[in-house]
Amino acid sequence: MAQQRVVLTFQRWQLDQPITYRLVKDFDLVTNILQAKVTPDEGRMSLELSGLEQNIEQGIKWLKEQQVIVYPLATGLSVEKDSCVDCGACTAVCPTGALEFDKDWTLNYEEDRCILCLACVPACPVRAIQERE
Amino acid sequence: MAKTYEEINEKIRKGQAVVLTAEEVVALGREKGAGHVAETVDVVTTGTFGPMCSSGAFLNFGHSDPPIKMQKVWINDVPVFAGLAAVDAYIGATELSEKVGFDYGGGHLIEDLIAGKTLTLRAVSYGTDCYPRREIETEISLESINQAFLFNPRNAYQNYNVAVNSSDRALNTYMGILLPNLGNATYSTSGELSPLLNDPLYRTIGIGTKIFLGGAQGFVAWEGTQHNPKQARGDNGEPLAPAGTLSLIGDMKSMSTRYIRGAYYYKYGISMFVGVGIPIPILDEEMARFVCTGNDEIFATAVDYSVETRAKPSFGRFSYAELRSGKITVNGKEIQTAPLSSLKRAREIAGVLKGWIEGGQFTLTAPVRPLAGDCSFKPLNIVPPKAEAVSS
Repeated sequence: MAQQRVVLTFQRWQLDQPITYRLVKDFDLVTNILQAKVTPDEGRMSLELSGLEQNIEQGIKWLKEQQVIVYPLATGLSVEKDSCVDCGACTAVCPTGALEFDKDWTLNYEEDRCILCLACVPACPVRAIQERE
Repeated sequence: MAKTYEEINEKIRKGQAVVLTAEEVVALGREKGAGHVAETVDVVTTGTFGPMCSSGAFLNFGHSDPPIKMQKVWINDVPVFAGLAAVDAYIGATELSEKVGFDYGGGHLIEDLIAGKTLTLRAVSYGTDCYPRREIETEISLESINQAFLFNPRNAYQNYNVAVNSSDRALNTYMGILLPNLGNATYSTSGELSPLLNDPLYRTIGIGTKIFLGGAQGFVAWEGTQHNPKQARGDNGEPLAPAGTLSLIGDMKSMSTRYIRGAYYYKYGISMFVGVGIPIPILDEEMARFVCTGNDEIFATAVDYSVETRAKPSFGRFSYAELRSGKITVNGKEIQTAPLSSLKRAREIAGVLKGWIEGGQFTLTAPVRPLAGDCSFKPLNIVPPKAEAVSS
């Protein structure tokens, strides 16, 4: 029995899909929803998947085919202040405002607001943001 | 009351010049008016720190023994252009490593050179009577080579697009990651602090203008590529979409990695952050009005990057004050805005340049020649090449 924690991000047009149901029914996975937030525009879900390793792999492959964005769940982010140039590219994709400018346009990371979607990691042009295991 | 460059430089040399940043002067202008600014302020400093793909560096390595006419050259596995004399080369900022692709490229190479790192130079050649060597592999550093100067064909764009995406999938672009269904909007100038937005009609910025480039003194070499002075403008002279550009030159041996940084835009490629600051002499009341133009009076056009044609549909104009507020309304939907160029570092650059001028170390230069005024931004039309024009 394998286990994997992932973060799923959906767009508005995907919200009517019973995604966890399909993971249970078609891939024989146990799904434990750790966190979920669905707004009129998009949905985000942190999910623990348990099952045969190959079923988890197939299930994640299917999710990606549905254009669901799948990231592994991390425990936190580290923002390397020496590398960061305070450009703002990460704030363009941060869904919760965890990465935001303060009054003098210094980038600020507020861990309490971060849902670990990790959308900011590839968005950073100087690779200053890393996932913290 | 008009001032000359010489009068301003005399004040700079005596340590008496009044220098404000382009943000400080907007506040003063709002309080006391452009007439007061023209009378009391001598110089306004601007700044920008953003990704500028059309950048690169000329190097001269020196001659090995026996010498080689380098035909193909790699530095840290990044191909650099060597179709020049024997040991001259040009690093293009967007070039990719042949070994690690998107993980390292020309922009990183330039940053590493400025950082003083030791790099691996590899070259091959066909060998000539005067340059018998056919291959070389050695170490170089900024200190070991003869010349290293940035020569950027297009920097400091006078205004730029606001990028949005109306499609149903995320787009990975040079304007960052654009979320689907108008999920965000990105923009990339320092607005009222941006060099060419403070001299919209290029009265004082021209060929030969001495500037801040990458932490060192540099110069405007020419109008930049795609320079488009005829872009549509508002009544205040400010262009409403990308307009003027500058070609900049400066000695890398005096630069700092604080102001030159390699960058990678996800699934787009490598670029380079370039720090530029240009001083604006307040020669008369018209120049004072230009520098007093604030973020609420400068507009950029939102463009849909999901449309693959060259001409992309627009979603209207937004002021830099709106863009800076963090939210704009596009098609009735409120969307999050984000900058791609660092306002914090742009302010720092304007501040450093202000310090140089106040300290008497940096005087102003009148343009040797104005930027070309009659060029337009031509498209590349696709026509079948005529067979006889192709050499066999």
